[in-house]
Amino acid sequence: MKKCRLFVLFIFCVSLAMAQDAAQLIKKVKAKLELVDNYEATGVMKTDIAFIKAPIGKIKIYFKKPNLFKIKKEGGISLLPKGGLSVNLSSLIASSNYSTIDAGVQEVGAKKLRVVKLLPNEEASDVVITTLYINEKESLIEKAITTTKENGTYTMLMNYGAYSNVGLPDKVVFEFNTKNYKLPKGITLEFEDDTKPLSAAQQLKNKKGRVEISYKNYIVNKGIPAAIFN
Amino acid sequence: MFSLVQVELYKIFKRPRTYIAFGAVAALIGIIQFGLKIDGKSYLDFMLNDLSSSLEIDGKILNGYLVCYVMLQLLLVHVPLLIALIAADMISGEANMGTLRLLLIKPYSRTTLLLAKFIAAIIYTLMLLVWLAILALFGSMLLFGTDDMFLLKTSYVVLLKESDVFWRYIGAFGFAALAMTTVAALGFFLSVFAENSIGPIVATMSVIVFFTILSTLNIPIFNLIKPYLFTTHMIGWKEFFDIKVNASNEAIIGSIQNPEKIIKASLVLVAHTIGFFVATLLVFRKKDILS
Repeated sequence: MKKCRLFVLFIFCVSLAMAQDAAQLIKKVKAKLELVDNYEATGVMKTDIAFIKAPIGKIKIYFKKPNLFKIKKEGGISLLPKGGLSVNLSSLIASSNYSTIDAGVQEVGAKKLRVVKLLPNEEASDVVITTLYINEKESLIEKAITTTKENGTYTMLMNYGAYSNVGLPDKVVFEFNTKNYKLPKGITLEFEDDTKPLSAAQQLKNKKGRVEISYKNYIVNKGIPAAIFN
Repeated sequence: MFSLVQVELYKIFKRPRTYIAFGAVAALIGIIQFGLKIDGKSYLDFMLNDLSSSLEIDGKILNGYLVCYVMLQLLLVHVPLLIALIAADMISGEANMGTLRLLLIKPYSRTTLLLAKFIAAIIYTLMLLVWLAILALFGSMLLFGTDDMFLLKTSYVVLLKESDVFWRYIGAFGFAALAMTTVAALGFFLSVFAENSIGPIVATMSVIVFFTILSTLNIPIFNLIKPYLFTTHMIGWKEFFDIKVNASNEAIIGSIQNPEKIIKASLVLVAHTIGFFVATLLVFRKKDILS
């Protein structure tokens, strides 16, 4: 019986230590991200949604602490996942009002990444859970999966390059859920449309969207007028 | 020949009926532009209702290019009826007024006279299309400005870059000219059989309405005859606004999804036009002109 109590105590201490480790790791990542007060970057955005035929567009990205984030297309019409891209890296961990759970180490590609789950303490938070895959050595978030109440689940995959020292990615791939698109022929006036109904597999594929942003020319901490985010 | 065409054009534009079509097109375009200018946002919200639940769409969606597309969708179905007013009156009108016999005693062959009349009908048709283009495209560009073109189709959405749109309109109007010439040829053909204008005008309109309904009905039994109806191919102009994507679903600027459909539809329309004209010629050359 005594042995059993000792074992439970041991497990409890180990999980406490691991949670503290995870919290420390998040702090390190946060410290790195906090080096950036604001940034402006140019980039290229590729929208890959099965029912949308769109060309690659040049964009400008703006960020200002704590969580102001804006993507503007250089002229023209832009399509972004609803509420999704505002979940940028900094805003993922901007608040400290969450509980951390260490979920061990997982191999993602050729890298071994620490998996940390963030659970918001606030009941009203739109985010239900965020899973971060962190490169411990570099203190960089390489992958994040966020489940929200309103906008489904988002996956962000980050590639780092020249700005990895301040935690800014060179490329972000954003995957999200979309609804099936269909407009009645009476509205589109395409009575002659002879497209065949989609197969179940195609319908499933249509429910996944992907936006790929390649960042170039970061201008870090040079100040950004607040009006840009309106 | 040139002077004969000039005379025929004079006759066309001397008639008040000719200007009904120009007036009707201007009124229809004006009313649509007015409606979209005043309450275009509600129209857009309604159209984007499904899409905006998962996507944030930013930019000037209701711009001149989209407005023009909406109008062409509505108008290019009805413009044939306006063309029939003139084309179906070209020979029967003369017969009705009793001037056809008088015309044929002139030192021109029946073929030359018929060709001059047909060319005049085509010029009228093209002028109506140019009028439509000026008001619908350039008018909307002035009123609503320009931007990328965001096109909501039944099962997918097309986003065309602003710089990739104008040439598509040139192509679309060029195609529409072919389609409307076919309608003019049909009206012209039917006008050879009557000695009053009403008959061939109504007959042309009826054929177009009947064929258009058959072309748009999605009943399998009609699918067999659809490829043979010229009305099925008249909506080929829309193909100019569908873009090709590569393997990674990236739109290829300057491309058309189905150029072969445009070529096929153009050939069918040209064949119909030639067919109708040759038939008119054959009938008219052997016709006993009594009026």
